[in-house]
Amino acid sequence: MSNREYLRQLPSHQRGPGNLDLAFRLHIDMPLLAGLLAIMGFGLFVLYSAGGESMDLVLRQLTRFLLGFIVLFILAQIPPRTFRFWSPVLYGIGLLMLILVLVIGTEAKGAQRWLSLPGIGRFQPSEIMKIAVPALVAWFFRDRALPPSMANTFVALMIILVPAMLIGRQPDLGTALLIAMSGLVILFMAGLSWRVIGASVAGAAIAAPLMYFYVLHDYQRRRVDTFLNPEADPLGAGWNIIQSKTAIGSGGIQGKGWLNGTQSQLDFLPESHTDFIFAVLSEELGLLGILLLFSLYLFVIGRCLWISYHAQDLFSRLFGAGLALTFFIYILVNVGMVSGLLPVVGVPLPLISYGGTSIVTLLAGFGILMSVHTHRRLMG
Amino acid sequence: MRLRDRQRESQIIQMRLVWTLVFVVIVLASLVSRIVWLQWAQHDRFRALADQNRVQTQPIAPPRGLILDRHSRILADNQPDFSLVVIPEQLRDMEAALEGLSELIDIDEDQLERFRAQLSQRRRPWEPVPLRSRLTAEEIALVAEARHEWPGVRIEAEAIRHYPYGELFSHLIGYVNRINVQDISAMDEATLANYSGTNFYGRAGIERQYESELHGSVGYRKAETNARGRVQQVLDETPPVAGRDITLYLDLDVQRAGWNALGGRRGAAIAIDPRDGGVLAFISRPGFDPNLFVTGISLRDYGAYREDPDRPLFNRALQGQYPPGSTIKSMMGLAALEAGVTNWQRTIQDPGFFRLPGTARVFRDWKRGGHGKVDLHKAIVESCDTYFYDASLKMGIDHMSDFLSYFNLGRRTGIDLQGELGGILPSRQWKQSARRSSWFHGDTVNTSIGQGYMLTTPLQLAQAMAISARRGKQKPPQVAMTAKAATEDKDLTLKDPNNWQLMEAALTDVIHGAHGTARAAGRGAKYQIAGKTGTAQVFSLASDVEYKDLDVSERLRDHALFVAFAPADNPAIAVAVLVENGESGGRAAAPVARAIMDAWLLDGKGNLRDLSKPRLSSAAGGESP
Repeated sequence: MSNREYLRQLPSHQRGPGNLDLAFRLHIDMPLLAGLLAIMGFGLFVLYSAGGESMDLVLRQLTRFLLGFIVLFILAQIPPRTFRFWSPVLYGIGLLMLILVLVIGTEAKGAQRWLSLPGIGRFQPSEIMKIAVPALVAWFFRDRALPPSMANTFVALMIILVPAMLIGRQPDLGTALLIAMSGLVILFMAGLSWRVIGASVAGAAIAAPLMYFYVLHDYQRRRVDTFLNPEADPLGAGWNIIQSKTAIGSGGIQGKGWLNGTQSQLDFLPESHTDFIFAVLSEELGLLGILLLFSLYLFVIGRCLWISYHAQDLFSRLFGAGLALTFFIYILVNVGMVSGLLPVVGVPLPLISYGGTSIVTLLAGFGILMSVHTHRRLMG
Repeated sequence: MRLRDRQRESQIIQMRLVWTLVFVVIVLASLVSRIVWLQWAQHDRFRALADQNRVQTQPIAPPRGLILDRHSRILADNQPDFSLVVIPEQLRDMEAALEGLSELIDIDEDQLERFRAQLSQRRRPWEPVPLRSRLTAEEIALVAEARHEWPGVRIEAEAIRHYPYGELFSHLIGYVNRINVQDISAMDEATLANYSGTNFYGRAGIERQYESELHGSVGYRKAETNARGRVQQVLDETPPVAGRDITLYLDLDVQRAGWNALGGRRGAAIAIDPRDGGVLAFISRPGFDPNLFVTGISLRDYGAYREDPDRPLFNRALQGQYPPGSTIKSMMGLAALEAGVTNWQRTIQDPGFFRLPGTARVFRDWKRGGHGKVDLHKAIVESCDTYFYDASLKMGIDHMSDFLSYFNLGRRTGIDLQGELGGILPSRQWKQSARRSSWFHGDTVNTSIGQGYMLTTPLQLAQAMAISARRGKQKPPQVAMTAKAATEDKDLTLKDPNNWQLMEAALTDVIHGAHGTARAAGRGAKYQIAGKTGTAQVFSLASDVEYKDLDVSERLRDHALFVAFAPADNPAIAVAVLVENGESGGRAAAPVARAIMDAWLLDGKGNLRDLSKPRLSSAAGGESP
């Protein structure tokens, strides 16, 4: 029974003043929206402190949120079959741009990640792929029998790995891994056998040291070294991770209080309002703040999985689950990095970290999920 | 294509979604447990680390002690100075900033080079590195205006050493300059801690000798600072203990009188109060401007000093080794009397030369044709060489060097100044070990008039005069009143103490007698001076060449020497003056000594003052340079 059907059978006084109906007609999923708004509100609250009490920064972040919501709203109006129809095209455009970026891209901090297009301005084509890769994998499996055959698994892997490798060459290993993950989770959803999964994990464990020695760039290798032993260079490469662990640990269970974190307020913590904002939150608000944030995240992810679970077609189901898990992987990688469990890769804490095109991409993903949920009745 | 079972496919995905949720919950739980581990189990450790970050203990440099003359006139003090510093960690583009700053204010290659050298050394992150010192008000304004372009460029105030009299005291007081890696690596742990806030270190002279007293004890400020080292709030403060002021025996007026009297010539002049051993004047000309060294002398200025043929960086008073010449004749005379080879009545006939018995070797007297009939008194007054040639062979080198050693000739005086050099008081043993050669009679003859191997510093000559003035009592010269002067040298006691008085009378006639070699310098004196002239040969001429006939260039002329003490009957000052290439001790050196003695012995009206009381300074209450 869908929301709508459930609501229909209720007496009118229990339906409320027609809000849910209106929301449904606008293709907005109220629980998901509420969860997102709660995370964003909490994020702005933390950002105010992390950004040195700069209202300006908060307002700029708010502007980005609004832009993201416009995208979310527009995408929510588009039925899932349209996404399905356009997903090969989107993937093709994305792939073309990734090749272009390697040829004519703009360099920043030693990596070619940006593409300057007249009229649109500078943007990272890899952002498109965060949507396009799970979309195309879902599109691919829609017409294939599940669980996937070996041949289909191979094709899916190619869909995933070609853009991931192009991004890895920019080089932007963090994004490459995220995009690969966003596709691989769909492979998992599609019912890839546990045996293959187990073998892959084992293979990855063997491949990792080989990657370290033969594939990684020097700066990436240094990041791994730093992760394994931050104390080796406490004032240089190890500084970030030592300071962020210090911030988290010194905050304690209760936290030092909002605006009172010494690590963040006295600038010992680098990137405190962007990639390392989680350390600020931990230092100032303690475990309670973290549990609150994690609960909100869990609620949003749970809602997304619930939407996917109830999606009416295979494409929507796989695509939705892929988007939900991409969101989760962001959290895992960022928190893992800030707390010293994973190497430092430039992944923001979703909806909390300041800036980045990632906010718009993330909200676009939620827009698609809302579309999946609110277009069910309209599908044949 | 297989027949598709949509129902089953849905179930697969739905099962996997449930697994996903389980996976998500497990991962989130493990992240939370990681956080709990950091925040609970490791809390104390990270709390301490955060406090270590936050709370910085900053050293506060103690103000350096002043250096004062005996009338408390300031010879070295501290003045505020503004310097341009750079915090490299805050600068994005160092080269661009340096270029921009160089366009704005004058920064020479030298300073840039020193700055880069400091950058490449190991240093604490966020510690400012000095780029340019002594900013003018105008430069401060220029930099302040443009500072926002370069975060990490700052103007800092610090107290720097200032020497109000410049070169006048350069060779006595020395200077401080920036403390360097060598200084630091030579320190023990306690000293190192005490110097943690200090930027300057004594390099020469009094500044070096009394570094530990002048420095003081470091203070500490516990402050909350941000990562850029900027203080947010002061939590606790222990003030530093200022360095001790060092008061010198030195008298500015006496120093200046000698300095001016020496004029533009190269030379040295030392004055010692024989009663307490205090150094009243310590002059070496030319001097240098110690203020140039404090914040780092430029290569150009340093090169100019190094290449100056007058060698302004050379401390002639302390390190210049010259033959003492005839200035030691009074001591030689006493030696001869003590040995019993002569007395005040005995005379010799001086034909103007001395032939070494049994050889054809001839030693000339400075006076062509000789002094005629000469007794010891006349030999001193007219500085007759022949008399001493004769006496020396009679008493022998062993007695001469033993006796002269009581006057501290040829070895360090033990003055409280670093870098003092000894000299040579020749003896058989010395020649054997230094020259691997045995002693000859000719060496004895040369030594008798302070030539040959003998080398002394002007300071040693002044000390010899101070010992003479005290009639053989030993007391090392000392510059600072706090110096703990002690000597193990034995006092000189003559068999016949009357010889002291008779020798003083002879020395007095050098100045005040009708034939004295320094009679010109004694004219109009309100007190009696006992003194002796001398010349030190710059290079030896064959003994049968009349060097005065030669057209010797200025720098090949003999050095002029004069030593004296006064008043002769109750000495309150002993002086030694050296004028390089001054040729005549009586004409070039004695007037300088006279000016120094006048400054010390006369009162404001030009009369001999009461020497039992301290001298009043020329301007009571201090003066400005």
